[in-house]
Amino acid sequence: FNLAAQIWNHTFYWQSMSPDGGACDDALKVKAQLKSDFGSFDKFVEEFKTRAAKHFGSGWIWLSVNAEKKLVITDGHDAFNPIKDGLTPILTIDVWEHAYYVDQRNDRGAYIAVFMSLINWSKVEERYNAAV
Amino acid sequence: AQNRFSLPPLPYAKNALEKGGISSETVEYHYGKHHAGYVRKLNAADQAGKVRKNASLTDLILTEKENSAIFNLAAQIYNHTFYWESMAPASDGCTGKICQALQSQFGSCQEFMKQFKQRAGTHFGSGWVWLSLNQQLKLVITDGHDACNPLRDGLVPVLCIDVWEHAYYVDQRNDRAAYIDNFVSLINWERVEQRYNDAVSKLRSNL
Repeated sequence: FNLAAQIWNHTFYWQSMSPDGGACDDALKVKAQLKSDFGSFDKFVEEFKTRAAKHFGSGWIWLSVNAEKKLVITDGHDAFNPIKDGLTPILTIDVWEHAYYVDQRNDRGAYIAVFMSLINWSKVEERYNAAV
Repeated sequence: AQNRFSLPPLPYAKNALEKGGISSETVEYHYGKHHAGYVRKLNAADQAGKVRKNASLTDLILTEKENSAIFNLAAQIYNHTFYWESMAPASDGCTGKICQALQSQFGSCQEFMKQFKQRAGTHFGSGWVWLSLNQQLKLVITDGHDACNPLRDGLVPVLCIDVWEHAYYVDQRNDRAAYIDNFVSLINWERVEQRYNDAVSKLRSNL
């Protein structure tokens, strides 16, 4: 399981980012849904970053579409993958230390900020539309 | 407000483990940021009234809910202190009663080392590998996640290795095996022997 999930998770992670990423266009359907489910886009960002920062030990934070077509943030340990919970993930961040120790050392907060600025929102939108 | 918990001094200089492959940069982050950070956060939690009064670090480890924020902080402080003490700049290798016990229980010190290294090498995710004395006075290797601490299982630890990636990513990047080899060359066997002898006395007096 660990091997399979980690392959899947990492592929998903690379696809969650883009050199041209960062800006979440107002026209995107996923942005409208985020506003609806989190109160505002900024509240979503804050919650996602907080969950990523607080996760103790190695793991992953996911944004997924649930059975009710709502967006939910889940986090879990090690090779954690949300498809087991019947969710359809659309975005993930790796918070294993190897993801940031070369560039930011212990400063996970700085890495999370960098990640947010690289999010491939068009890919996230694609996944969201496919999920709903 | 008074800080109830303190960061113990490092038993040696920051660069003292360099010969053994653990750089002063690693020590600066591992001790100066991670270990120190746990102390700072536990004191902050304490000052916010979130930590049981009159509870020592060990009390918290034994009684707080596992994986709770307070448990994690307390255990990580303890674990890291134990880790620094498990190493020394210069070591004579395994000797004395601990060596005899390892030979007796594992067949040989090399066999013990092989098993210890394998547990450390195969632990998936963040965690710790411990050598402890159990209630039957047998040496056992245990490993666990995150802030895992063997005191909760009634074990008396004598040696530990940190396998969180921050322990080795600066110096060996992903090569945990190389880090484990370095760690083994740095084991403070005198201290391990001391802990072993203390543990035996303590456990014998319980029997």
